[in-house]
Amino acid sequence: MSVRRLRRRLVSGTMTTLVGVLSFVAVLALLLILGHLVAKGASSLDWSFFTKNPVPAGESGGGVANAIVGTAIIVGLAALIGLPIGIGTGLYLAEYGSGRLGWTVRFVADVLNGTPSIVIGIFAWTWLVKPMGHFSALAGGVALAALMVPMLARTTEEMVRLVPHSLREAALALGYARWRTSLRIVARTALAGILTGCLVGIARVAGETAPLLFTALGNLNFSTHVLEPMQTLSLQIYVYATGPFDEWHRMAWAAALVLMGLVLILALAARWALRSRYGAAR
Amino acid sequence: MATLPMEQAAAPEPRWQVLRGTNVGDRVYRGVLTAQALSLPLLLLALVSELALNAWPAIRRFGVHFVWTSVWDPVAGVFGAAPMIFGTIASSLLALLLAVPLSLGVAIYLTEFAPKWLRQPVSFLVELLAAIPSVVYGLWGVFVLIPFLRTYVVPPLRATLGWTPFLSGVFYGNSLLAGSVILAIMIVPYIAAVSREVLLAVPVSQREAALGMGATRWEAVWTAVVPYGRAGLIGAVILGLGRALGETMAVTMLIGNRHDIGLSVLQPAYTMAAAIANEFSEATTDLYLSALFEVGLILFVITVAVNALARLMIWRVARGTAVGSRAL
Repeated sequence: MSVRRLRRRLVSGTMTTLVGVLSFVAVLALLLILGHLVAKGASSLDWSFFTKNPVPAGESGGGVANAIVGTAIIVGLAALIGLPIGIGTGLYLAEYGSGRLGWTVRFVADVLNGTPSIVIGIFAWTWLVKPMGHFSALAGGVALAALMVPMLARTTEEMVRLVPHSLREAALALGYARWRTSLRIVARTALAGILTGCLVGIARVAGETAPLLFTALGNLNFSTHVLEPMQTLSLQIYVYATGPFDEWHRMAWAAALVLMGLVLILALAARWALRSRYGAAR
Repeated sequence: MATLPMEQAAAPEPRWQVLRGTNVGDRVYRGVLTAQALSLPLLLLALVSELALNAWPAIRRFGVHFVWTSVWDPVAGVFGAAPMIFGTIASSLLALLLAVPLSLGVAIYLTEFAPKWLRQPVSFLVELLAAIPSVVYGLWGVFVLIPFLRTYVVPPLRATLGWTPFLSGVFYGNSLLAGSVILAIMIVPYIAAVSREVLLAVPVSQREAALGMGATRWEAVWTAVVPYGRAGLIGAVILGLGRALGETMAVTMLIGNRHDIGLSVLQPAYTMAAAIANEFSEATTDLYLSALFEVGLILFVITVAVNALARLMIWRVARGTAVGSRAL
């Protein structure tokens, strides 16, 4: 075997190994982060962590009940506002999106998808917090909805496009109006995919912090009033992690573990919903 | 329109209306969907006009000096954002430097070399990195990454390259380096996922041709597959850049938030997003607030430009025309 050939083989073997190692490193990063979350957070998870509110700095004990409920309310608001608009936009793109408006909406959705969430946050501040005169959970929900819509629109469109043309043609041939075909045949067939998009969208905004800094603001007390400032897990983690107390750091890890668990459950549910429907096709 | 009397007689609801889409239900349906779809362009317009409107006092006061002066003195009412712009770009480019080899490696391994049974799980795990909330990355960075850098990374770096200006000064932990490393981990899933799709779209014949001419497996990938998808891969990297530029929480928690331009990666720096996150609620004067809005506007314009560029490049490849990838 010539030296040249040997060298080429050597390069090929080295690079093949290298890309394998790089993949391992990427997976390792994920496992390290999840591992640290469990190692540092799990021991603090007890009954009072889920049922009590934060205690003043310096005291030990307390929990993040207000942040858990707040996360649920704000993400719920975001879903209530964002899901219908996102799904509607996605249906529009799939059904009527071949023209210039469709192209524009698609492009705007992709651009908004990459907009920094902090910019959405200060935008929500000028539109809702400033006119209303105070921070509110509602403003936080609207900011998160604005983050959710562009992403949901694109996933919905992709999922609806997967529906075979023959189904649509069959419905139209039977005399179904287009809107009934679209809603009762096409959208229903793509339902699992749309549901996946919804779950992914909710998972993405559930962990957001930046858009909530100047909208929901955070709240040390338990609050379910949507026009008042409200705490979320992400805001609580930020405050605890950047604070000076060991007790706070302990709580931050525990809260991060809970938030991560929530996001993971949503992500896995999304995957499962998709597999149960399209598993055979993919 | 009032033709086809036969069909009208046959069916109470004229079918031709259905086919032409002039049915009342259809028009309502289309109208509702269009209204929902219009919400996105309207949101973008509102966003831009609101940012510009609020930033206007600062723009009028400081003009272009805002972008290249470094004084940030809220008390005196003088604002220059150069250090933030520098820090944003420096941290993002440094992050790309680390993330690009890693994510391209992942994408190449997953599409070309990995055994079939390993592909799905590994790509799922890498994509899961995108699901970790930014604030959790920040927490992990503060309590795990920074101690790790301090003990295992900075001393050997100093020992070998300590004479360069990039490693001067004392390492306190929160620094450009820490911010960039966490950013790199955060953008890997985005670059890897898009690159993987791009590589999957490269025709098998491209690989077969290279292998048929006697190329090794790596040569086939590097000379036939990667160049074919080049535009898409560059698009993926630019998309990652867009993510890095706008990332807020993790960077705010790690980069040190010092309003200064320095060459050393061991020193604290500042980014535009971090400045907004830190100072927006403390902005006591109208001009201060306006300056922060201008920072937001600049950040927005940069990310929109970067994302638009990335999308255009990815779209060209995704449409399946080889012309697009050769044009570069």
